[in-house]
Amino acid sequence: MARTLSAPVTVAFDYTRSTGPVLGRFLTGLRDGVLVAGRTSEGEVVVPPLEFDPVTHQATSDFVEVAPVGTVTSWTWVPEPVKGQPLDRPFAFALVTLDGATRPLLHAVDVSSPEEMSTGMRVRVRWAEERQGAITDIAAFEPDPGGDGVATTAPGTDEPVTGVVTPVALDYNYAASPEESAFYRGLNEGRIVGQRCPACQKVYIPPRSACPADGTPTAEEVELSQTGTVTTFCIVNVPFLGQKITPPYVSAYVLLDGADIAVLHLILGIPAEEVRMGMRVKAVWKPREEWAFSLENIDHFAPTGEPDADYDTYKQHL
Amino acid sequence: MGKQPAAIVGVGQTHHKAKRTDVSMAGLCREAIDRALADAGMGLDDIDAIVVGKAPDLFEGVMMPELFLAEALGAAGKPLLRVHTAGSVGGSTAIVASSLVQAGVHKRVLTVAYEKQSESNAMWALSVPLPFNMPVHAGAGGYFAPHVRSYIRRSNAPTHVGAIVAAKDRNNALKNPYAHLHNEGTTVESVLASQMLWDPIRYDETCPSSDGACALVIVDEDTAAASPNPAWIHGTVMRSEATTAAERDQVNPQASRDAAAALWKQAGITSPIDEIDAAEIYVPFSWFEPMWLESLGFAAEGDGWRLTESGATAMDGRIPVNCSGGVLSSNPIGASGMLRFGEAALQVRGAAGEHQVDGARKALGHAYGGGSQFFAMWVVGSEKPSS
Amino acid sequence: MRDVAVVGFAQRQMPEFDGSPTCVELLVPLFAECYEQTGWTRRDVGFWCSGSSDYLAGRSFSFVQAVDAIGVIPPVNESHVEMDLAWAMYEAWLKIQTGEVDTALVYAFGKSSAGVLRRTLALQLEPYTMTPLWPDTVSLAGLQARAGIDAGLWDETAMAEVANRSLTDAEKNEWSIRKGGSSVAELLARPVYADPLRKHDCSPVTDGAAALVLAAGDRAREVRDRPAWITGISHYIDPMGMGTRDLTRSPSAQRAGAALDLGGVEVAELHAPFSHQELILRRELGLADDVTINPSGGALTSNPMFSGGGIRVGEAASRIWSGEAGKVLGHATSGPALQQNLVCTMAADVEGAAN
Repeated sequence: MARTLSAPVTVAFDYTRSTGPVLGRFLTGLRDGVLVAGRTSEGEVVVPPLEFDPVTHQATSDFVEVAPVGTVTSWTWVPEPVKGQPLDRPFAFALVTLDGATRPLLHAVDVSSPEEMSTGMRVRVRWAEERQGAITDIAAFEPDPGGDGVATTAPGTDEPVTGVVTPVALDYNYAASPEESAFYRGLNEGRIVGQRCPACQKVYIPPRSACPADGTPTAEEVELSQTGTVTTFCIVNVPFLGQKITPPYVSAYVLLDGADIAVLHLILGIPAEEVRMGMRVKAVWKPREEWAFSLENIDHFAPTGEPDADYDTYKQHL
Repeated sequence: MGKQPAAIVGVGQTHHKAKRTDVSMAGLCREAIDRALADAGMGLDDIDAIVVGKAPDLFEGVMMPELFLAEALGAAGKPLLRVHTAGSVGGSTAIVASSLVQAGVHKRVLTVAYEKQSESNAMWALSVPLPFNMPVHAGAGGYFAPHVRSYIRRSNAPTHVGAIVAAKDRNNALKNPYAHLHNEGTTVESVLASQMLWDPIRYDETCPSSDGACALVIVDEDTAAASPNPAWIHGTVMRSEATTAAERDQVNPQASRDAAAALWKQAGITSPIDEIDAAEIYVPFSWFEPMWLESLGFAAEGDGWRLTESGATAMDGRIPVNCSGGVLSSNPIGASGMLRFGEAALQVRGAAGEHQVDGARKALGHAYGGGSQFFAMWVVGSEKPSS
Repeated sequence: MRDVAVVGFAQRQMPEFDGSPTCVELLVPLFAECYEQTGWTRRDVGFWCSGSSDYLAGRSFSFVQAVDAIGVIPPVNESHVEMDLAWAMYEAWLKIQTGEVDTALVYAFGKSSAGVLRRTLALQLEPYTMTPLWPDTVSLAGLQARAGIDAGLWDETAMAEVANRSLTDAEKNEWSIRKGGSSVAELLARPVYADPLRKHDCSPVTDGAAALVLAAGDRAREVRDRPAWITGISHYIDPMGMGTRDLTRSPSAQRAGAALDLGGVEVAELHAPFSHQELILRRELGLADDVTINPSGGALTSNPMFSGGGIRVGEAASRIWSGEAGKVLGHATSGPALQQNLVCTMAADVEGAAN
């Protein structure tokens, strides 16, 4: 058995970026099939334009068009491209000083082996088939002579580009701590397992790599009761992105009998407006065949029908 | 050796909005920075070091964005620090910036905090699903609502007190040209009539999601001599505790109480309600005003809501709270704490415009973050501290 | 300026940590080592500051649970930077300089292996025109290495010499995850990976955590016979743009070094995740040929993100404690291609302990 539980997770969002006027000008140029550089106060011609001048700190306002052809000033081979890079086969990243510019642009060069690359080589822009006002409108550079670097298709609009959507998707392998793993393994067996802190003797659920009071890992395993008391709660009426449960629902802190800290869970089996602080509840499990290493094995907590707990018995948990 | 005197001589902020689609991240920051520098009568080249603060990087999808922003912020060739302490970060960042001056390391420090929430979705960024876990929370509102319920139970507060706070702050915001929300005609009744989102928190009792930035120029004693109205730093404090711990007081956390006690001691304040003329307190959900009033020692435990209900926290009250409209009217998360700190400075500089408290001489700036676990506070005054 | 010394250091480095990205599990024993070295308890620590990144962990607020490892009842005076440990140390050094506290424990952690590190780091780049191309860390370093080769500033042999020395020294470091020197000729005979870089020119993906303890004046003398007194600490940043800066230079490193007195430095721990970056740093800092570089094996053999820089400070400080050296230098870098740099000098002799 592995020491800890782990599972893949992807963190993904399509970010909506507003570009501001300077980068917007550059991206508008790309959509229109031209390369727009900015001229700095010291006369450097920079692609993409710097948003603010490095010397005067003023917003860049002097723009010039530069050629879609230029010279490689440095390059590196990419033997194992990662997801999202301009090409999914080995290629070169290069710094390319476009004719008319004084500073190079970073982009990909599409060649099949490092032997085809050299500092000083001439390269041309290969435009993407559809341009939308993004750096990826340049599909890649290719050795010159290749195409003529002239964009063929006309843009569909003359509205300036003010924003760009950037998808960011990162794959992680998420591992639980050993203490959390013990907790999730218990849930997979229908048990709610806490651990006691050897210093303060408090019973934690889930168990912790460090008791936050003492900085000591919780250790002694304590199987907790499946019943407990609602200390406090809220009724969620708001839908949100990624939500798995349809509102309205009650999210509540449930202090299981034998635990010294409440666990957050759902209360069902009673109208939301009838849920009370002090209400006694019990765990309602999903069918066994749906169990996994997850707190979601407990579908929700439902009222036991016992009299409410006295406020004094749980007020120190608020 | 004690701390060197330090003062705020420049305060700048953006016009906060739900979506500042007219600017990039650098442009947003520069809008606040340029106003702060103009206020201070300085240029970027006069600045020795820059401290950047913002909340989680997932909000904008850029890892350590201060790296790419460095040149646009005028930081190239200078020292740059990036602070991140959850929601309290705007306050913590101002405190780190002031420590650069108080330590005698630099004379003129620029600090900027920002959030461009419109680049993503805060509820998503705060609740990225994790394997094994169960997504019960529904964003920050879902997190804090149960603790508000606990406060109401513990203090026996009437349930309309939250609405009093919301109506006050929204009306204060009408006097602040930079505020995100300018909702004319907000009343206690209209707040109570708004949708219940995270019962017991209603829609009008929640902060908006904003794009915005705030910048401060903090300088040493010699540099401050050139300013007509420096705001002197009388005390700074940061305290942290755990998100969850057995029997942790989540309504009135010990870290908050400890921080307040340390702050008042540093600032030589024995009766906060008598000695503080204006307070900018981090209130993202209306009920946190009475909760923090108690925790900060402006009211006895259980009496915070009475202070609010009596009107004492209104602009003409005994302890005006959030004359700027507060977090309830503008919430660029990473900047929200610095806005509290900056608004406190504006008050003691007599520079708060229409929301100025007459004759304010000492003011509190306050921020908190995480699950009410990270606290950052300062007291600023119109006079140089005596010690 | 107050006299402040590094008096404690603990580290963990490994190819793949199989625990939670919160790394609380790694921090508990690190703090225990710091207490053992100092004879302190957590209540002797006046200020805490940590460094980490949400994007390594893949979730927001990934640092908040770390304070559990401290044990935060009663609550603590604490801060966090989204930066390397070395900058967390800088914030703590400032805090001590203000006179507010006399002691500090700073720590950092990161589970680089949770994602594809070289891809994750593309999110550090300018988000409008760079990140959408996903330039990975190795590629950016390759552009920098080639620029220096083309300019005649270094060659593949010089890079292999750095790698060979690092791999050889790493054999004596229990925490290095890549070790075993051979010869420059043997290294050059290995295949080129990301032309012009070979795999041994690039630091391995490393998980880990580290902690440093700082103390002022007598508090430091109580802990160690030979505290590593911080005689200077300085840091700067350059523009990010790969096209607008001279990649063969690191002006921020040069400035950070020039702000300090580097005369008499015997040992320098340089945070160079790629072999050619050590060559740039040596030049920018003006280190003489007789300065011992990276006796720990350096970041080239083990580079846990967010603690790799601070570890250089700790490794350098330990040479003072042991009596091996009288004056040392620790360096940390951040951002692509040596964009941001911090230099810290430490000495056994408190004389001249000032910024």
